[in-house]
Amino acid sequence: MRLVVDLNRCQGFAQCVFLAPDVFALHGEEALLFSPRFDEAQRDRVEKAAAACPVQAILVDYSDEATKRVEPHVR
Amino acid sequence: MTSGTIAAQITDYANRADPYPLFAELREQPVRREDDGTYLVSTYYEVRSLANDPRLSNDTSNRPPGYTRVGQPVESGLPPSFIFTDPPVHDRLRDTINRPFGPPHSPRFLDGLRGGLAEVVTELLDAFEGKDQVDIVEDFAYPLPVTAICKVLGVPREDEPRFHGWADALASSLDPQAGEDGQGKAQRARQDMGAYLADLIETKRRRPGPGILSALAPEMTPADLEATAVLLLVAGHETTVNAITNTTLTLLRHPDVLERFQKDPSLAVPLIEEVLRYEPPVQFVPWTTALADIDVADTTIPEGSPVWLMLAAANRDPRRFEDPDRFDPDREDNEHLGFYTGIHYCFGAPLARMELHVAVPELFRRVTFSRLLEDPPPYRANAVLRGPRHLPVAIEGLTA
Amino acid sequence: MSADTDVEVLRRQGRIVVVGASLAGLRAAETLREQGFAGSLTMIGDEPYEPYDRPPLSKQALLGRARPEDTALPRRRDIDAEWRLGVAAESLDRDTRQVRLTNGDTVPYDRLLITTGTRARPWFHPEEAALDGVFVLRTRDDSARLHRKLTGGVSRVLVIGAGFTGSEVASACRELGLEVTVAERGPAPLVGALGGVIGAVADRLQRKHGVDLRCGISVTALEGDDMGRLKRAHLSDGSAIEVEVAVVSLGAMRNTEWLAGSGVAAGPRGIACDAGCRVFDVNGIVTDDIYAAGDVARSPHPLFDYQFLALEHWGNAVEQAEIAAHNMICAGPDRRPHLWLPMFWSTQFGVNIKSVGVPPLGDQLVVAQGALDEARFVAVYGYRGRVIAAASFDRAKWLGFYGQQIASGAPFPPEYRAVDRRTETLHPIDPAFPDPHLPTHGPTVTLTGHSPSERRVTFVPSHA
Repeated sequence: MRLVVDLNRCQGFAQCVFLAPDVFALHGEEALLFSPRFDEAQRDRVEKAAAACPVQAILVDYSDEATKRVEPHVR
Repeated sequence: MTSGTIAAQITDYANRADPYPLFAELREQPVRREDDGTYLVSTYYEVRSLANDPRLSNDTSNRPPGYTRVGQPVESGLPPSFIFTDPPVHDRLRDTINRPFGPPHSPRFLDGLRGGLAEVVTELLDAFEGKDQVDIVEDFAYPLPVTAICKVLGVPREDEPRFHGWADALASSLDPQAGEDGQGKAQRARQDMGAYLADLIETKRRRPGPGILSALAPEMTPADLEATAVLLLVAGHETTVNAITNTTLTLLRHPDVLERFQKDPSLAVPLIEEVLRYEPPVQFVPWTTALADIDVADTTIPEGSPVWLMLAAANRDPRRFEDPDRFDPDREDNEHLGFYTGIHYCFGAPLARMELHVAVPELFRRVTFSRLLEDPPPYRANAVLRGPRHLPVAIEGLTA
Repeated sequence: MSADTDVEVLRRQGRIVVVGASLAGLRAAETLREQGFAGSLTMIGDEPYEPYDRPPLSKQALLGRARPEDTALPRRRDIDAEWRLGVAAESLDRDTRQVRLTNGDTVPYDRLLITTGTRARPWFHPEEAALDGVFVLRTRDDSARLHRKLTGGVSRVLVIGAGFTGSEVASACRELGLEVTVAERGPAPLVGALGGVIGAVADRLQRKHGVDLRCGISVTALEGDDMGRLKRAHLSDGSAIEVEVAVVSLGAMRNTEWLAGSGVAAGPRGIACDAGCRVFDVNGIVTDDIYAAGDVARSPHPLFDYQFLALEHWGNAVEQAEIAAHNMICAGPDRRPHLWLPMFWSTQFGVNIKSVGVPPLGDQLVVAQGALDEARFVAVYGYRGRVIAAASFDRAKWLGFYGQQIASGAPFPPEYRAVDRRTETLHPIDPAFPDPHLPTHGPTVTLTGHSPSERRVTFVPSHA
């Protein structure tokens, strides 16, 4: 599952770090680092983190829509 | 407070059970001047903007003489706790206190308390066995947070009962209508608790144990640490009681949501956030002061004015939340102000959320509720930390 | 047929082609579907990967806290697109409304969105750039290669250019325990984006963390050994340093070469478009079927004297893409202007650096809150007596306020009482931006061009 944090919105409230410390971390006082991919075992924690974000900066998706076509003959 | 004003009506106990019509009336004038020069701000964008405005102070000593100065040391002898300070003092205190409590230094401290709190929840619910009626406040919502805050601080469990009394007296003093009697009680509680904590801190200094007091004892002056511990007890206690009780009350008032929740426990996540919007445990913040003339929503708040930020009103602002009086856990983009925002964002929010996540799903998984025995339930006097004093409910059964 | 009917037909069965399958392209595609576009959607991207997030590539990916291949962007919704990944657009034919791909295919469109972004500016000397050990950092593959190298037993790294990316790389290297030399042509790190006053704070930060920072110095040559491996860098002060790795961080170049000869106003500074994201042709006439968004687009901003701004900002890519997508499939009166307040962030040496507004426009600066010597502050930039920008070090919670000040044209200097104000009176000082006529490394905002309201515009397409 994929996630991204809009770090323009993020103000370092760190609520996500409390709730899912394996996925989110503070680097210094307020800079947020996050794992852009997480596994099923973290899902509940990440959902709580996304819901708790005071500025709603966390976007999580569970979409499995295929990216249909990669050109095989180029590269 | 001048009688007859809307502020007086909000603090009037008669309106405690349902202040929301008053908040709706208040929002018609986003920034409203009371007769005594206090400004009430009640719409979402204006409240949020002021909460992030460096011209607004949390240090009530900036108020002109004659105004209530919540949080200032008069006779308690303790310095103001960090909630009543401004940067840079605020930031220094809060950063220090945060070191053993949260990230970046202690990201897993609270998570480590989860198991112990879950056990407390189990014990509390086990005691429902054989009863057909319980008081959610006394039997469930009240005991959990005091245990939690004692674990956070590192208070021995046998001393916990003493904390109940102190917490009550201190919390009620945040009420703008507490009066001299309430303020006096609060000061005595603060002193008693301060004395207890001074001993405890001294003990922790010599023999460190679990909890943040031991970690902070070498880092802070005893007076600052005492003031901090008092604040954490009050703010982390009463508000969480209200949050758990409000969630229970709201769910029992919305059987459709309750039914969904019982089928799908993962609904807890958005549901808890929606309760924090719908019935925020801190209804308004009456202790800010304008340091300069501030223009907001076509009104100028003059320098020195006390400013009340009405979180509960802002959380139901139709300009921000569609159909705001509807309790709707499916609400998207629920950027509520239930824990305030800006640099004074609730320090204990992660603890409160953890308690809610430990308590609420388990309560509704194990207990089969029949009905509310009193609706509305009796409320505490406090208009700021608003919540039921008791929540009697009839129950039909308990599962393991 | 009325224009409205055209729009309805377009929304039902039109063909929209997005060239550039990164953040802006993806968010545009999602917005198109969200707003009811039911026609065909083709996503063309030169990298063989689904859209991914770039900011982690110079931060957590270099630290090994996230793998570069795990940076795929979450989706807001399904987009039901035809993906053409791993093949670049080669040219645009406006007459036949076709995009030609490098594999010879042609893709017809009714509406075209260009989100081709930027690429890392390569080292100026191709043979030296090809040495083993010389890196740039822009893509997933760049990040993966650099991470492997940094964790593969190297001892000393040279970072060329102390803009945001270079500084972030230097920070990651120090955290990995590597010796780092940073060579910056300007007087301080971040000077192009934030000016010399704030640059001096970044300078202290780097040195405090053990970076061998050399400002006012440029790298004149990279020297390899017999095996084609980097072994030495020569500096403009005549000295040389032994290094195995050099990371070239000299800013970005806009991917517009494929548009040469197409007749659209595209060049090294980006693709000129109006505030509604519609691309101009070389005559300065706006097209109605070609749109641009993200790093590659530059458009006039009313808040900043209608200057054409090209913003290499994550948030700008998202919002401009949403505006472009909206405008592509609606009739004229429903179109929206792109009025984003520029916002930017960087994380380095454990400090969260953020800005709002356009700092390089500032002619004066005050420290409004906190203190520079604590490296925790909010600095406010003024331009002709009003607030034009603010930058914070570890004080992000205040920036929203200053954003409002910028948007409302609040007077500068901010002479009100405020919390954490350290002086009674604010004394505005020169923020010390480099002479705009001298080249600097990677400012995140490029100020170019003039208002479209000016009558005569001479457009000289550059050959990049």
